[in-house]
Amino acid sequence: MPNTRDQTAILSPPSVATVALLTELVSHLRNNRTHLREEWVRLITEAELLTAMSRDEIFAEATSVYDSYVEGLETGTLEALQSYARNLSERIIPRGVETHEVVGIVLLLRDVLARSLFAKYRSDFTILNRMLDAYEPAANRIAITVAVGFVQERERVIREQQEAIRELSTPVLQVRERLLILPIIGVIDPHRARQLTEQLLRGIRTNRARVVVIDITGVAAIDASVANHLVLTVEAARLLGATVIVTGLSPEIAQTLVKIGVDLGKMTTVGDLQGGIEEAERLLGYKVFPIGGTQGS
Amino acid sequence: MEEPKQGAYMEVPILKQGAYLIATVQSALTDGDLLKLRDTLVVSVSKHRARGVILDLTALDVLDSFSTRTLRDLAHMIRLRGAEMVIVGIQPEVAFAMAQFGLTLEGISTTLDLEEGLAYLDGSTKPNRIA
Repeated sequence: MPNTRDQTAILSPPSVATVALLTELVSHLRNNRTHLREEWVRLITEAELLTAMSRDEIFAEATSVYDSYVEGLETGTLEALQSYARNLSERIIPRGVETHEVVGIVLLLRDVLARSLFAKYRSDFTILNRMLDAYEPAANRIAITVAVGFVQERERVIREQQEAIRELSTPVLQVRERLLILPIIGVIDPHRARQLTEQLLRGIRTNRARVVVIDITGVAAIDASVANHLVLTVEAARLLGATVIVTGLSPEIAQTLVKIGVDLGKMTTVGDLQGGIEEAERLLGYKVFPIGGTQGS
Repeated sequence: MEEPKQGAYMEVPILKQGAYLIATVQSALTDGDLLKLRDTLVVSVSKHRARGVILDLTALDVLDSFSTRTLRDLAHMIRLRGAEMVIVGIQPEVAFAMAQFGLTLEGISTTLDLEEGLAYLDGSTKPNRIA
């Protein structure tokens, strides 16, 4: 059987005998639908799976899964079940349902149905055996489909979130004429570092900035290659005629920078963002004081 | 000095603007063009009694190590001739590539564009010329 392992939505083509067996199996499952479904829900609750959902919700989902499960056995195609699994994942992932729970309930259903077959055919071991031969590959395939669907959906959500974070993560803001600030929060990976450099250099160009304050208070630590990238960015900005002031270096980052041997003469650093902006204003010749204040000198 | 491969050197126009000279590079320069530009500028500085020189590189999309070294030499020579040089208009991509290769034009002033360059020279050439 060449296609037992592929993940297409079609079960391996069953033989005529298997089809007959599956038909019998399906009608058995249809006839005992209420009882088996309740048994399944009972086991789910007992195993403390899907704790994020109420009993009624579990029951409703169980009914749909049960029906698509039987349909999958009957028709041999898993498309309906696949799309249902994806849809289900979309709904339950935000509620914190874990992978082991989803896999667990599908395996429970498989066991419940297998047991009902044992009960039905216990008098004739040969028929039971043939029945299980037909049932087990199909049931395993269904379990795999649901689990894979769940994991794929999860990965899709993670990818989407990563993209969203990347887009949000590097604003270049003008706070005064010729003065940009670039607050960086979170982890800087090489990809983000590159993006950051691009945005900063482009920002200097479009805003005709003379001073840029890069605030990395929100960055806990950076590795040597990113630190190096930061230094390159500072130098590239200088070639565009902009002075870069880096503020809010954490002790860890300071250590990294010292370790890679940064020439501190090339890099202006100030303790916090406020200090950085004050220094920038000094470079640009601004003087800020309160209206009517005493500091009018 | 190297001979040009074919025909004349790529002329870089040098304009006089008040006390400053402005050299605008129009297209990619060969090593020979660059050396010629260097020699011309060093001579012109005292001929025009210029206080500042602006070298506009907006049109360049690559600066290699030879160009960088030549520009650094040029800046030092111009300083020795009593003027100040500023390089303007380096493209962002070029700037980052240069930083990556460690060609950072140390000790040379750079500004965003011509206007900034003029403003920079106005600010830095009036008092005693200290680098």
